[in-house]
Amino acid sequence: MTKLQHIVPSGIVAGVALWVTWVSFTQQPAEAFLFPRLIASVFAVLALWTFGKAVLGKSRVGAGLSIEMMRNIAPGLIVMVIYVFWAAKGLGFYTASAIAFFILLSVYDPAPNGEARTWIRRAIITIGFVAVMYGLFALVLNVFTPKELLFN
Amino acid sequence: MEFIYHFGDVFQPLSLALLFVGTIGGLILGATPGLSPTMAVALLIPFTFRLEPAQGLILLGAAYTSTVAGGAVSAILLKIPGAPANIATTLDGHTMAKQGRGAEALQLSFLSSAVGGIFGVLLLIFLTPVLAKWALAFGPSHLFWLAILGVTIIGSLDSSSVVKGLLSGCIGMWLATIGFDDIMGAQRFIFHSSLSGGINIIPALIGLFAIPQVLTMFAKGRIPSGTEVIKVQKHPLRKAVKEVSRRTRALGIGTAVGSIIGLIPGVGGQIAGLVAYDQSKKFSPERDKFGKGHSEGLIAAESANNAMVGPSLVPLLTLSVPGSPTAAVLLGGLLIHGIFPGTDLFDNHPEVAWTFINSMLLGQILMCVFGLYIAGLAAKVAQVPQSVMAAVVLGLAVFGSYSVQNSMGDVYVMATLGIMMFFLERFGFAAAPLVLGLILGPIAEANFIQGSMIANATSGSFSYFFGGTLNLVLIAIVLASIAYSVWMELQNRHVTTKEDAMQ
Repeated sequence: MTKLQHIVPSGIVAGVALWVTWVSFTQQPAEAFLFPRLIASVFAVLALWTFGKAVLGKSRVGAGLSIEMMRNIAPGLIVMVIYVFWAAKGLGFYTASAIAFFILLSVYDPAPNGEARTWIRRAIITIGFVAVMYGLFALVLNVFTPKELLFN
Repeated sequence: MEFIYHFGDVFQPLSLALLFVGTIGGLILGATPGLSPTMAVALLIPFTFRLEPAQGLILLGAAYTSTVAGGAVSAILLKIPGAPANIATTLDGHTMAKQGRGAEALQLSFLSSAVGGIFGVLLLIFLTPVLAKWALAFGPSHLFWLAILGVTIIGSLDSSSVVKGLLSGCIGMWLATIGFDDIMGAQRFIFHSSLSGGINIIPALIGLFAIPQVLTMFAKGRIPSGTEVIKVQKHPLRKAVKEVSRRTRALGIGTAVGSIIGLIPGVGGQIAGLVAYDQSKKFSPERDKFGKGHSEGLIAAESANNAMVGPSLVPLLTLSVPGSPTAAVLLGGLLIHGIFPGTDLFDNHPEVAWTFINSMLLGQILMCVFGLYIAGLAAKVAQVPQSVMAAVVLGLAVFGSYSVQNSMGDVYVMATLGIMMFFLERFGFAAAPLVLGLILGPIAEANFIQGSMIANATSGSFSYFFGGTLNLVLIAIVLASIAYSVWMELQNRHVTTKEDAMQ
C-alpha cells in the first residue's frame, strides 16, 4: 500500500477532528459542549498522531485499495448512491429497489450475459426479492414507504 | 434460581415461533460466507420494533447463537468459514469432509457447539445476577469510566492498530454527540437536516456492519463462487454422540477457553476457536493427527466459539460493556426498547432478562437439532452468488433503516456511515469500537454531566472522577488494556522486522 493511501484517509480524519475540536471550543453555551470538548481533545491528539505516522511513512495497518478493487466497486457504489440518495424517494422504494437490484445482478452476476435464460433468471430473482420485501415491510411491519410508481 | 420462574415464558406460542425462526434463519445466514453474525443481528433489529422487548430479544439471541454455529457448515463443506469464529473449524472439519466424513463432522460440530453453548449460557445465568447486584455500587463517575472502558477495551483489543482502534472509538463518541444537547437544548454539529434528531443507533449499526460487507462483495467483481459443496453421506448420530462423549478433554478445553475468553470484553470468537484448538493440540497425545481430519480439533474449536456466546453477554447485561461486536448490537436492541442493562434490567424488567437468557439456553438445543437437519440446505444457500447476496443485503439495509422512524434521513445516515466505514476499514480503522463509542457515548456523557454536578457541589471534579478505589480500578483496567495492546503491537512489529532482516 502506498504512503499516499495512508495520508489521504488519515488526513481527512485529522481534518474532521480539528473541525470538531474547533467547534467544541468555540460554540456556546459552553455547558452543552463540555463532553464534546473532552472527546474532541482525545480525538484530535489521536488523529494528528495517525496523520503524522502516515506522513512519516510509518503507517502499516490496513489492506488499502487497489485499482482493480476500485474498478470492481465503482459500478455498485454508483448504483447504491443513486438508489439511496435519489431513486428510493424519487421513484418510490419498491420501484427503485427493483431497478437497483436488477442492475446490481446484471453487473456482478458471473452468468453469461448473452443467454436469454440468464436475463429471465435475473428478472425472476428481482421480482421475488421485491415481493418478499413488500410482504415483509408493507404487509407484516406496516411500514409506509414514500409514494411510488408501482405500489401505493 | 429466578430464571426457573420465567422458563415458561419461552414456551408462549409467539416466543417459541420466534425462537424457531431465529434459529433456522441464523443457521442459514451463518453458513453464508460474507454475512457475519453481527451483521445478521443488526439487520434483524428493525423486525423487533413491533414485538415485546423479550420477544425481540429472543429473535436476536437465537440469531446470534445459531449464526456462530451455522458458520461451521460452510467451514466444513466449503472450506469457507461462515464467520471469523469458525476459522479453526476448517482445519480439521473440511479435511474430514474431504475424507467422506462430512456428516460426521457436521454432527460433531453441532453437538460440541451445543455442549459449549449450554455451559456458556449456564455461566451467564449464574454470574449475571451476582454482577448485577455488584453494579448497584456504581455511581455516575464509575458508570462514566465503565463506558470509557467499554470503548477503549474493544478499541485496543479488537483492532489491528491500538491508535486507530481508539480513534474509531472517538469518532463513534463524537457521532453520538450530534443533535440537540439534552440539558441545554443547544444544537451540536448539525451540518445537515438529516442529523437534527441526532444519529439513530439502529440505522448506524446497519450501515456500519452491512454496507462494508456489501462493498466487499462488490470488490470481488464478476467471479463465480468457485466452491463446490462436498456431498454428505449418512452417519449414525449415536456414533457422533459417543465420539463427543469420548473426547472429554477437547470438549472441556474448548468449553473452558471459550467461556473465559467470552467474559473478557473485546476478545472475539475467532480467538476463542483458535486458542482452544491450539491448547487441545498441545494437551493431546494424538497431536500429530491435528489438521488431518481429527475429531478433537473440530470439537475443541466448535465448543469454544459457542461457549463464548453466553459469557460475552455477562458484561453487557450487568455493566453495559458488550463483550463482542454482536453483543454491542444486542445492546442497541435493548436500548431501543427503553431498557438499560444492569440493575434496571434485573430489578425492573426481570421477565425480559430471564426470558431472553432462558431462550438462549433452549436455543442451544434447537440449534443442535435443526443444525443436523438443515446443514445441507444451509450449504446450498452458502453457494448463492455474491452478487445476489450483496443486492439482498443492500435492500434489507435500506428498508430496515427506513422502517425505524419512517425517515429518509435515517437511510442517508446509514449509507453515508456504511460507505465511510468501508474505506476506513481498508486503512486499519475498525467498526466495533466506533459502534461502541456511538452506543456508550450518551451513557458516558449523561454520567459525566451528572458526576460534574455532584463534584461541583462536593469534593471537586478531580477527586470525584479520579478518587476512590472503584474509579482507580476502572482507570487501571483502561490503562492496562491499552498498554497490553501497545505491547502486543510492538511485539508483532519486532517479529516482522526480524523476519524482514532474515530475508
